[in-house]
Amino acid sequence: MVQDLLFTAPFTFLSVMAIIAMVLDALIVNSSRITFIFSAITLLFSGILGISTFGLHGIGFNGMVTGGGFAAYFDILFSIGGLLTILTSRQYLQRENIEHDEFYSLVLFAVAGMMLIAHSNHLLILFIGIEVMSVSFYILSGYMRNNAKSVESSLKYFLLGAFATGFLVYGIALIYGSTGSMDYNQIALNINNNALNFPALLPVGVALIVIGLSFKAAAFPFHQWAPDVYQGAPTIVTAFMSTAGKAAAFAAFIPIVTVLMPSAPVKLQMIFAVMSAATMLIGNISALAQTNIKRMLAFSSVAHAGYIMMGLVSGSQYGYSGIVFYLTAYMFMQIGSFIIVAILERNGEKYLELSDYAGLSKRHPVLAAFMTIFMFSLAGIPPFAGFFGKYFLFTAAIDAGFLWLTLVGVLSSIISVYFYIGLIVKMYFTEPEGQREDNEVGMSGLSLIITIAGVIVLGILPSGILSIASNLFNSTH
Amino acid sequence: MSLHVIMFSLLAILAIATGVLLVTRRNPVSAAVSLILHFFALSGLYLTLNAQFLAAVQILVYAGAIMVLVVFVIMLLNLGKEQNMRENFNPRTAITIAMSAALIMQLVLTFTGNPTGKNQLSAASEKIGSPAEIGNILYSTYIFPFEAISLLLLVAVVGSIILAKRTVDK
Amino acid sequence: MPQNIPLEYYLALSAIMFVIGAAGVVTRRNAIIIFMCIEMMLNAVNLTLVSFSSYLGDASGQMFVFFVMAVAAAEAAVGLAIVLSLFRSSQTVYVDEVNLMKW
Repeated sequence: MVQDLLFTAPFTFLSVMAIIAMVLDALIVNSSRITFIFSAITLLFSGILGISTFGLHGIGFNGMVTGGGFAAYFDILFSIGGLLTILTSRQYLQRENIEHDEFYSLVLFAVAGMMLIAHSNHLLILFIGIEVMSVSFYILSGYMRNNAKSVESSLKYFLLGAFATGFLVYGIALIYGSTGSMDYNQIALNINNNALNFPALLPVGVALIVIGLSFKAAAFPFHQWAPDVYQGAPTIVTAFMSTAGKAAAFAAFIPIVTVLMPSAPVKLQMIFAVMSAATMLIGNISALAQTNIKRMLAFSSVAHAGYIMMGLVSGSQYGYSGIVFYLTAYMFMQIGSFIIVAILERNGEKYLELSDYAGLSKRHPVLAAFMTIFMFSLAGIPPFAGFFGKYFLFTAAIDAGFLWLTLVGVLSSIISVYFYIGLIVKMYFTEPEGQREDNEVGMSGLSLIITIAGVIVLGILPSGILSIASNLFNSTH
Repeated sequence: MSLHVIMFSLLAILAIATGVLLVTRRNPVSAAVSLILHFFALSGLYLTLNAQFLAAVQILVYAGAIMVLVVFVIMLLNLGKEQNMRENFNPRTAITIAMSAALIMQLVLTFTGNPTGKNQLSAASEKIGSPAEIGNILYSTYIFPFEAISLLLLVAVVGSIILAKRTVDK
Repeated sequence: MPQNIPLEYYLALSAIMFVIGAAGVVTRRNAIIIFMCIEMMLNAVNLTLVSFSSYLGDASGQMFVFFVMAVAAAEAAVGLAIVLSLFRSSQTVYVDEVNLMKW
């Protein structure tokens, strides 16, 4: 029992603290400052717990959850994502006049759901984790109740998300029916021994579960919700959903694909390859036409799901560690650019157009420089983190014999350079229009420094994280 | 014909008919009522599968709790009939119906044989469906998910208050 | 007429219900009815799970159904709250009238 609790320590700690945060908020008048500090410290500690349980290895709670290694790595990643979001959010919420303390608890709950996904060794835990995360996201994206766009994004996210849940559960049901188990290890065993009850149902189940998870990752052809939801949701929520949420979707994908790949290796690889290629191209080409920066970043986030999917195509240890590395890098660069958007944004969705970024270098040289680094990194230009992330994924795809996929990846990266660099050109080489109020940076500065450090360190010294990432897959996973 | 076969056929017809009604009724209240009937039919199907406890929970949770909430919201918003549903008969609808029909045909063709070879309920099914057995498993093997799902319910309660409350007094 | 119902009949029935529900989600405009169609899809899946559980003699299918019901209840609460706040901000529950942003 103690061992079981140790495996899930970050999750257990986080969920208990999230409930306490909710109680604090009910008991104390004007508690927002206290809740804010409390949640930030909680996430810090759950990250530390993730580090300290990293060396463990095993399965707990009657085969329901895994502990240590892969799960602990993602625990740390999600805690960082949550922490960056919370540090940025206080100021943003105050400015938008929507600072209710439940926000912080909801972010904690969403992180707890993601941790469940990463820990899952049983389809039921996966399902519960995805639901805890998604329901928190539905609420967070409609958090600006008086803003019609926010409510609209929440409604679209909810309806399509619940629809996708239906497919996911159906997939789970068919996999259960044909393999006779919901335990990952047992499923893998039965598939490898060909001990299936109803072999005909397995491919249908696999297809449905891939549909459900691709929706969560916003991959083609289930990406249509992403631009609207990401544009309408509060900016910090978008930052959180598009990074940590995507990381969680792939944390679900990796073990599932490992388990199910042997059932139809060639077909599954091909399906992932086609989805990946289409996601990259559609994401980047649509991003070209956007004038709203949130929408542009939303499409670019769709494209990044395509790059990450290349790691699934390879189905190898090398590809999976490439995914883990890229998710880490992506967490920093995407949250970083959204933090800058959140700092510049003004109440009532002002200053969200690309044209509002004209001449930013004169008004805010530091912010402009940071934004430039994030854009370079997102475009995959060395020496920043995004470059190595792409490099690892591209080589993994070539190793798996998918040269054409790599070529599509390179082509779509070149397309993406156009709009990433376009923003930089706008910031540096055009004149600002009109006067506007000054922007205070406040606590967001701290998270900006963390993200920029992450992008640069991962770019200069990628080998450390990469070797940790590939060790995750050396053992049973 | 055994009782099992008769029950299954009647309930299956009822389930499909109410399902179709739900999708085609214009008035949200009639749609909701057909869904409630649908839930009753499903509960009967669970009984034919020896899942007694689930059959009871199905009525309690779906018909008793969820649908009451839905009907309450429909009444609260005072929704009328869905206007111009016919005019809205666009290519998307046509494609959907065609694809659904094709899929159903495919399913029926697939299942006319007996590919799974399972003709009878497992002997263990009677034991599994009983409340005692379900309680046993739920509080031993499934204790972790059981605790975890409480998080989801808490999130839902807090979230729906945040979203639905008109103003927030600070 | 057979004396017993083979498992396939249950599977086919739930697949048909799932397809009907999915067709409803795609064609209807009223957010509440779309939500009800999603509930119906989840119920179709529940039937699949219960029939597998009973025919295979394995309890985990029925266990899963409990959790699906809990999730459905949670989604109902949140979903209806979203519909309420949508109605408050734009006086409509029809999804095709909600298009401030491009779909």
